Order: sequence, then C-alpha cells, then structure tokens
Amino acid sequence: MSYLSRSPWLLHYDASSCNGCDIEVLACLSPLYDVERFGIINTGNPKHADVLVITGGINEQNRQVVRNIYDQMPDPKVVVAVGICACTGGVFRECYNVVGGIDCIIPVDVYVPGCAARPESIIDGIVRALDILEAKKERMGKPGGTGPAGSPAGGAQ
Amino acid sequence: MPRRIVVPFGPQHPVLPEPIHLDLVLKDEHVEEALPSIGYIHRGLETLVTKREYPEYVYIAERTCGICSFIHGMTYCQAVEKLVDCTVPERALFLRTIWSEYSRLHSHLLWLGLFADALGFENLFMASWRLRESVLDVLEETTGGRVIQGSCKVGGVRKDISGETLERMRKGLDIIERDAGEIADVFLRDDSIVSRTRGIGVLSREDAYALGAVGPTARASGVGIDLRKTGYAAYDKLSFSPVVETAGDCHARCAVRVKELFTSIDLIRQAIAKIPDGPIEEKPKKNPEGDYFARSEQPRGELVHYVKGDGSRHLVRSRIRTPTLTNLPSLVRMLKGCNLADVPVIVLSIDPCIGCAER
Repeated sequence: MSYLSRSPWLLHYDASSCNGCDIEVLACLSPLYDVERFGIINTGNPKHADVLVITGGINEQNRQVVRNIYDQMPDPKVVVAVGICACTGGVFRECYNVVGGIDCIIPVDVYVPGCAARPESIIDGIVRALDILEAKKERMGKPGGTGPAGSPAGGAQ
Repeated sequence: MPRRIVVPFGPQHPVLPEPIHLDLVLKDEHVEEALPSIGYIHRGLETLVTKREYPEYVYIAERTCGICSFIHGMTYCQAVEKLVDCTVPERALFLRTIWSEYSRLHSHLLWLGLFADALGFENLFMASWRLRESVLDVLEETTGGRVIQGSCKVGGVRKDISGETLERMRKGLDIIERDAGEIADVFLRDDSIVSRTRGIGVLSREDAYALGAVGPTARASGVGIDLRKTGYAAYDKLSFSPVVETAGDCHARCAVRVKELFTSIDLIRQAIAKIPDGPIEEKPKKNPEGDYFARSEQPRGELVHYVKGDGSRHLVRSRIRTPTLTNLPSLVRMLKGCNLADVPVIVLSIDPCIGCAER
C-alpha cells in the first residue's frame, strides 16, 4: 500500500445485515488485521468520511437513512457494499421487507461478496475502492469532470 | 426553570455498530424519558419458512444474527426435531454444547471490547478483540466459518471433531483462560472503569423481574435465570452454576459477562472430557407435523424458536423471540434519570443485538 498518499476514513453503516458482516468489518480494526496502522479510521461522522462501508440490504425504513448518510458525505466519495446482502439482497431477497441491494438506492463502486464476508476480502475491497477514490479526485478539478453526483458506476442519483 | 428538549440518538451513531433510534427527553443533562423506535433492519425472515424446505431453513435461522448464529440454528433444530421424531445422538449433543460455548465466548469478548470502546478505553478494546480472534480460529478450524458456522442440522451436526483436534482445543483453552484472566482483572478492578459504571443505570431486582429481563441483564440484578439449567443439548450432563450479581448497575452487568467467560471455558473442558463416541446425526423419519417451541440460553438471554408444521416439507409458521427485544423495556427503565453522557454506556450494557431483535 505504498501508493497511499492520504489517510482514508471510513463510515460503517448496517443497513439490514444480520451482524455477521458488521463484526467482520470491526474485526479489520482488531490487532490481527489492524488497518488503523495505514491511517484508516472508522469514523462515526459522515462529514469526515471518504469511504462508505455498507452491510446488509435496503429495507423500507432505512432507505432514507442510507440516502441521507450518502448525501452528507463530501465528494469525492466511494461506496463499498460488504456481504452478499448488500450486493443483491442475498438470502433475504425474498423477504417482504427487503427491497434489494444497496445499489437500488445509491451508486456502489465495489462489491465484496461473502456470507459473512471475511476480513481479508473486506480489506481487499476497500483497497480497490481507494484507487477509485483517487481517480474520482483527479477527475473533479477538470472541465467536464464530475461534480457531486458523478460516479462512474452510473447510479441512481 | 430548565426547558425540556428532545435529543435524537441514532440510528447511525458512533457508539452503535447497529442502528437503533432513541428519542431522549432531556431536562438539562438529565434524561427524563427514553423512547426507542426500531425497524431499521427488519427483514421479515420468519416468512421465509414457507419458501424454504425445513432442513434448508437452518441456514436462514443462523442468519437471524451473526453473533450468536450457531445458537439460533441449534434452537431451530431442537424445535423441529420434536416434530420429526428424531433423537439426536449423544455425540452430536456434546458437539453442539461445545460450539455453543465457543459462540458465547466470542460474543462476550466482542461485547467486552465494544463496552471498553464506549468507555473510551481503546487499549482494552484491542486486548479483548485479540483474544476473540483465538476463539474464532477454533470455530473456523472445526466448522469452516468464522462467524456463520452452518454446522448444525436437523437430527444432529454436519461435522465431527477428531480426538486430536479436541485435545488441541483443550490445550488452547488454557491460553484463552490465562489471557481472559488478564482482561477480567482490568474490567473488574480498574478505577476508570469502576467510576464510569458503578451505580450507573441501576435496574432493581423487582424491576428486572417485572419487566421480563433475561440473560446477563436479569442475572446482574439478582434474578438467577439461566436456560442452560433446563438441560438442553448436553448441559444436563455438565455441572455449573449461573453467575449472579446483585448490584444491577452497568458494572454488575459487565461483571456477569466477565465471569461467564470462565464458566464457558469450564463447560467446554467438561464437555471435551465427557464426549462419547458414536454417530453424529440421525435421519428424520417424517415431515414436521404439529407445533413446538424450543428455548435456549443465548449470550444475551433466553431465545425461543416456535415452529408449526402441517406434514409437508415446508413449515407453515416460525416465530422467534429474541433476548434484546425482551430487554428493551428494562433499558428504557435504566435510562430514566441518567445523565446524557452515560447513555452510550447504558445502552451497550444490555448487549443490544439489533440484528436479532428486528430479524
């Protein structure tokens, strides 16, 4: 990770996950994986965050919460969907209250599959997201570059 | 005359890994009333029972909650086994007990870490989670999964543990016990922890009983309910006594969980010593018919799985009663009259698992 020139801060939100992926996201901070040594901090404030890490799918009640958190984050920003529920709805996609994966509400940049996703794959997903974050930052200053809503993933905005 | 104001707490809040919303009615810094609202992670997984065949639903039951997944799967199996006339072999019961207790160790260590983090004790958070990794290593080695195990099935278990591995697990327990002893000492005696938790969020014995508190929340208030004493799985062949504290404050709830680490370690040791040889599963003889509910002790308290079958491959109804939802009335009582700054610690002290509570 020698190319990391900044310290990306994460915001973790549990959309409608079973907790399995959430505790694996937190496990990335524990001494075995310890991503904090790279300057990656799990922050609680959307205004401080560069990367939004979401677990679980969208349901009727958290639809607006996820939207609000995403809108509050400053540009450039990336979204990492962790776990199969966040990618597609997973085992719960047939449930009456589950709308689907995160990408039905906000644009997703990296999909991390798994049930529960392992800490190694979560870290891998975030490292990939950082490349996308860097590319988005470069595009921002340029004419015709993307403004706040710009995401290569297209997206629902 | 101070004004009454309402402060929203959550759903996205730094101290909570999961979303729950509380409206805190404040008078100055004092919480007059707390009004919880939930539903942010409701999925409706109980209805999936009509869309999946009953042996497949074990996987869904496990995903009710990622922290105590094994115990959810096991309790569902216990309920269904009564409907399909199936006697689980002894060895499978012991293996279920061993995995349940490792799950409890991992859940309690996880909670202790989060609790330390809520107190601002980052170092202790790291120490607890480092120890938790050695518990997860055992679960991964024996079941294949770190947090979602998938090793329980209707009629028994899916995997056996060899004698050699059991011996290695027994030796590993000594190391876990030694490390747990070190962090236990800090949780029980450290000045800053004691001053942040003692006398905070007190729940009296009468209230705990009347509000239907379960698990460590009830035991910390002197109500000695432990469902493991009902003797499901192999608990009737092991000896232990429930950990009961009487103070009813946050420190007592922390102490109950710290002491339960050692009960769990002891139970695993006994189970490894007594585990018999034999088959690990028995095939169900018919489709589930009738209804039954099974109870078990989750790390957070009493868990109930109700199932109803009509003789087909699909059950017609499943109902899950989880400990966090049961403990919410107690939480509302604890928050009444506390200071705003103590709210995160008190909320965490019931070990909220919203994933279970909302399903």
